[in-house]
Amino acid sequence: MRAALAQASLIRHRARTLLAVLGVAVAAAMLLDMVMLATGMRESFRELLLSKGFDIRLAPKGTLPFDTDATIPGVSAITTVLRTNPDIREISPVLGGSIHIGVGANDVSAAVLGIDPTVQGDYEFLSGRDVTTADALVANEYLLKKLGARFGDTLNVAAGYDPQTRTYSGQRRLVLTGKVRFIYGATDQPGSVVRRETLEALGGGERRDRASLFMVRLRKGANPDSVRNWIETKIPNVSAISVATALAKVDQRLSYFRQLAFILGAVSLFVGFLLVTTLVTVSVNERSGEIAVMRAIGVSRAHVVQQIVLEGVAISVVGAVIGLGLGLLTGRYLNAILSAFPGLPMAIDFFLFQPRAAWSALGLLIVSGIAAGIYPAWRAASLPIADSLRREAIA
Amino acid sequence: MSSLTRPRSGALVSGSAKSDVNPLVSLREVRRDYALGAERVHALQGVSLDVERGDYVAIVGPSGCGKSTLLNLVGVIDQPTSGTVTIAGKRVDAMSDREATSFRLHNIGFVFQRFYLMPILSALENVELPMAEAKVPSDDRKARAAELLEYVGLSSRERHRPSELSGGEQQRVAIARALANHPDILLADEPTGELDARTGAEIISLFRRLNSDGTTIVVVTHDEDLANATRHKVHMRDGRIVDA
Repeated sequence: MRAALAQASLIRHRARTLLAVLGVAVAAAMLLDMVMLATGMRESFRELLLSKGFDIRLAPKGTLPFDTDATIPGVSAITTVLRTNPDIREISPVLGGSIHIGVGANDVSAAVLGIDPTVQGDYEFLSGRDVTTADALVANEYLLKKLGARFGDTLNVAAGYDPQTRTYSGQRRLVLTGKVRFIYGATDQPGSVVRRETLEALGGGERRDRASLFMVRLRKGANPDSVRNWIETKIPNVSAISVATALAKVDQRLSYFRQLAFILGAVSLFVGFLLVTTLVTVSVNERSGEIAVMRAIGVSRAHVVQQIVLEGVAISVVGAVIGLGLGLLTGRYLNAILSAFPGLPMAIDFFLFQPRAAWSALGLLIVSGIAAGIYPAWRAASLPIADSLRREAIA
Repeated sequence: MSSLTRPRSGALVSGSAKSDVNPLVSLREVRRDYALGAERVHALQGVSLDVERGDYVAIVGPSGCGKSTLLNLVGVIDQPTSGTVTIAGKRVDAMSDREATSFRLHNIGFVFQRFYLMPILSALENVELPMAEAKVPSDDRKARAAELLEYVGLSSRERHRPSELSGGEQQRVAIARALANHPDILLADEPTGELDARTGAEIISLFRRLNSDGTTIVVVTHDEDLANATRHKVHMRDGRIVDA
């Protein structure tokens, strides 16, 4: 019967209840978005790092992968050392750089990765033929559009270009063989891939036996942290970065972002709390006579409290459920806007839906609904019965 | 419904089955003061009153004389500044809120001028409300609520909500609600105050029937017809009983 009375009180002022539910829904949507934002990038980055199954990355000492132009010398020696560890299953050395491609009188510059196509973890092959031969080059869609070239076309590719003299250095003719999508690269930047030995040859002696990055895949059950420590002991000129350490660095870099999301989320929760408290308090004030009568006929304080808290919880739960749907929609929309920022990998999400985040938001809202009902419930339960009835009679 | 007065366990309305030598309600030297801003209002100034079981008493007097204050004290929704209030042999003037709530639930029936029915509940559910609070099993309380509505002449209006009932019908539902938990005493504050003369007369008639069936009733009223229908009148003025 208490539930029926709580429902009755909410239904009696339909418009006001509806507005309060909508207010809570907006606060809930904002809260969910902030929770998604606070955890989404990290989770998305984690998924990205694990997408090709590589557990550890080696970068020049003190740097992060592709953070600088620095390279690691002695690829063959490092590979030999790494192979002595039984926990290491596959090694993919990657050499990064830039190339210049002549298109008529124009020069198109693009990022290039030198890889071994059998163990690479940097791109997804889409169409055509992969870089199975030394003269093959594959490109992302953006570069293909800029070049206006087709599979099978021969391109004049150079490692360097002097715009003043319009002369190329380290030139070579490569055949465009396929289309790829880079996992970590931005979709709005021209990118290409050749075999690592081809890129070494393009750079002359400077790049020989060098890599910008090693990607290491471990055997199932191996402990990435112990392998990482082993690598840093055996190869002192590299930083070995496991997914966990990479995420720790991401956490460090995103800490301000997360704090902002946390503060905005807390503000939304507080606004929702105030909204429910205000509405239920107004409702209690309006019904002081009715509540006094309930108390007079023997309804206990505890039951009055339960009924009022139930009203707050009902508004919060209905608002939260609507708000979660609204939050998902707005999150998706905002994600589309933010993901379109230049220079970001396509697979990075800012607002990533995780069921845990939704449950957390729902839980917080229910707790805030209960808390929001406490003050008006306390007021209702503390109403002096005789005084309230006298005031009601005078009114 | 051949007999309305049965032993307490099964009585539809209670009262005459309980025979006590002591009065049902006994007030001794009761004072009630209020703080009104900086002033102190002496609403009751040493009132003593006995109400016997099965009696039907009207408390009359001009506005502000302390009638409702007296009723609130008998109804255990207020406590005296001094003096004692005893109902059914129990001192109620210093009960804790929990004790007073339970006492009201089981021993007091209230009828108000403005009915105060729960608007979303049907007539039957309104009558069930005090019984639900007293944890009467659902089937039992539905049966008793139906019986009480039949007693007050509203068996055909069980499913109607208060907004679908006339003022007189609402007051009759309120009376049925007040009787739900077999109270020792029915207290009514201006029960005909919001009703027209014809409907008021129906309520007066219902009260008489209730009293003749054994219910102890105390009413506060300005309605002369209602006051004249009672067995005893208690006249109050300036917080004192001037004629009983």
